[in-house]
Amino acid sequence: MTDKHTLSVLVENKPGVLARIAGLFSRRGYNIDSLAVGPTEHPEISRMTIVVDVESSPMEQVVKQLNKLVEVIKIVELDPTNSVSRELMMVKVRADTETRGQVLDTVQLFRAKVVDVAPDAVTIQITGNSAKLADFLRILEPFGIRELVQSGMVGIGRGSRSITERTIRPVPVAVPAPPAAVVV
Amino acid sequence: MSEQSAASAPEMTGAQSLVKSLENAGVDTIFGIPGGAILPAYDPLMDSTQIRHILVRHEQAGGHAAQGYAAATGKVGVCMATSGPGATNLVTPLADAHMDSVPLVAVTGQVGAAMIGTDAFQEADIRGITMPVTKHNFLVTDPADIPRTIAEAFHIASTGRPGPVLVDVAKSALQAMTSFDWPTGINLPGYRPVTRPHSKQIREAVKLILEARRPVLYVGGGVIRSDAHRELLRLAEFTGMPVVTTLMARGAFPDSHPQHLGMPGMHGTVAAVAGLQKSDLMISLGARFDDRVTGNLDSFAPNALVIHADIDPAEIGKNRHADVPIVGDAKEVINELLALLTAQADAGHTGDYEAWVAFLAGVKKKYALGYDAPTDGSLAPQYVIERLSAIAGPEAVYCSGVGQHQMWAAQFVQYENPRTWINSGGLGTMGFSVPSAMGAKVGRPDATVWSIDGDGCFQMTNQELATCAIEGIPIKVAIINNESLGMVRQWQTLFYNSRYSNTDLHSKRIPDFVKLADAYGCVGLSCDSPGDVDATINKAMEINDVPVVVDFRVHRDAMVWPMVAAGTSNDDIKYARDLAPDFDEDDL
Repeated sequence: MTDKHTLSVLVENKPGVLARIAGLFSRRGYNIDSLAVGPTEHPEISRMTIVVDVESSPMEQVVKQLNKLVEVIKIVELDPTNSVSRELMMVKVRADTETRGQVLDTVQLFRAKVVDVAPDAVTIQITGNSAKLADFLRILEPFGIRELVQSGMVGIGRGSRSITERTIRPVPVAVPAPPAAVVV
Repeated sequence: MSEQSAASAPEMTGAQSLVKSLENAGVDTIFGIPGGAILPAYDPLMDSTQIRHILVRHEQAGGHAAQGYAAATGKVGVCMATSGPGATNLVTPLADAHMDSVPLVAVTGQVGAAMIGTDAFQEADIRGITMPVTKHNFLVTDPADIPRTIAEAFHIASTGRPGPVLVDVAKSALQAMTSFDWPTGINLPGYRPVTRPHSKQIREAVKLILEARRPVLYVGGGVIRSDAHRELLRLAEFTGMPVVTTLMARGAFPDSHPQHLGMPGMHGTVAAVAGLQKSDLMISLGARFDDRVTGNLDSFAPNALVIHADIDPAEIGKNRHADVPIVGDAKEVINELLALLTAQADAGHTGDYEAWVAFLAGVKKKYALGYDAPTDGSLAPQYVIERLSAIAGPEAVYCSGVGQHQMWAAQFVQYENPRTWINSGGLGTMGFSVPSAMGAKVGRPDATVWSIDGDGCFQMTNQELATCAIEGIPIKVAIINNESLGMVRQWQTLFYNSRYSNTDLHSKRIPDFVKLADAYGCVGLSCDSPGDVDATINKAMEINDVPVVVDFRVHRDAMVWPMVAAGTSNDDIKYARDLAPDFDEDDL
């Protein structure tokens, strides 16, 4: 677990960016544990939270290679002690009249939420860090897990500072003048 | 970003906008082949007085020609192809340019925007395909994006660590009407290359340089890309430090200079390999610790501290830990180092490298590059290249393919100037020579351009002789014909018990290179004895109106020495088969 690093990556919201990043990880042999993408408070910027398993490759190289991608604007490694991270999971558990009570107790204990009920099953939504989700699953396992779906992790730093605020300021570079012969 | 309002911007087709954008970017030459999806662009291209389009015979060659043009001139090379197979044929030159940091812009046609994703005729997702082998790439479906995209493509290709950029333009965008609006500024928030080195790192580096007793300047292709050869010469002469130039840096430092130890690496000189291996400080300038230079990494220069200066931060610390990392452009880094070293010298602080320099001078003298002439009177390939260098001289441009002839050309041509040695270093693309020579000759029409090629390589791209003959690009080709895939054969000799599986090309019999040259409208010459070499080269030098092809029929068992076998330590260098140098280290 200690070899996992969580990166917050700000990227230009353009088609193909996800493919570029996924391709980079695969061709350089870096392992992605989880990846989540979504919009930010700036429409032209998307934010990815990438959990990297770095046993095989030094973290510094991963960050440097990511930084080479033209559409990657900023990379911040989230410090686990100074950030909050969450995953969302929905799990369909076998629960009939006999076992439903016990399942609901578990739901309560984990502050999860039932989002659908059928005569022989309940669907539960839970958010938390990966350890909490794993614990939750372990308790539910004996009842019979029929199906589960899980999001990638999203994370954010604690405190009032924002990683996006200083990244969108434009720093334009002058285009060289066209050759004299060309009249626009 | 544009100061021009859309209302006053001239109306034109996307194709006209593309050609005008390329003109505005300063393009004077495009190597390409038209086809369905790019056809609209070829119509206004016909009217351009600024751009010369050279119709090549294969897109791969168009890409390599653009590389040769870029490497010889320092400008951005441009190639053009249609969608599908036209575009996929560019993958090899793009990958090659990516490995060797060649500024290149490739423009490809794409099927109409509405057809993308339908497996249409000649559709290929070239943007997806080339993501791993380009510095960046674009797909343009809105004609209004064409000028900005082209401006960005040239900016990305030519700044920072140079590299290839592909612009894929949908046919529908070329055909639609648009307004032409050339941007005055570029805003790429995620692309801000650092060229100016950090002064603290420069101070650290200078401290190490002054403390070192066995320093060496490990010079890579970045010095040539950044035009920093004059600065390098000043730094080397000011400090007295020995210099090695990698395969990509041949010509960055004069071969005739006494401080030059030659090329390091798998087929480097004993002195250059020893210079790195036994150093206590390596100052790497625009080099990337490639496996062909370091050999086994764990035993590479075990006692050296490393100052690693590169414009690409990702190269620093990638293969070898850097004690002093410096991110910056080679020219600026060298200038800053020189300024501080000068100030230190004025204050009485200089390095003392006398014993080291003397030791290396001994190694260089004792293990000078050489070769054994064949005893049967046949032609030694090294001799041909030596004579070529002597006759064509250091002002000529030499372009090679990949293999034995490439290594001999790197070893036995005397390079005195940057941008006179053009080869495929990182990717090792056979067939690179003829098209890159074509591109170099177009970029530098007044220079003599020699393609030093192998008989295997030559047969991969020799169709461009037609382009050269028709377009008036009089390159000279020296085929080092050992009738085999020579480098592979050498490895079979050394590591596979001389079992020559599929390396015999029979090219002294088929094809007849002289007739082939003749068929392509070139002059074909042949030479198979040492006594005729000079006369043949002189004859080729006198022909300047058409391309010349010389079939040098050489001894097939010649091998490239010295050699550090793949994956082994540089300490195990052999200067000839089973012969290891004996360093007299008591001198150190």
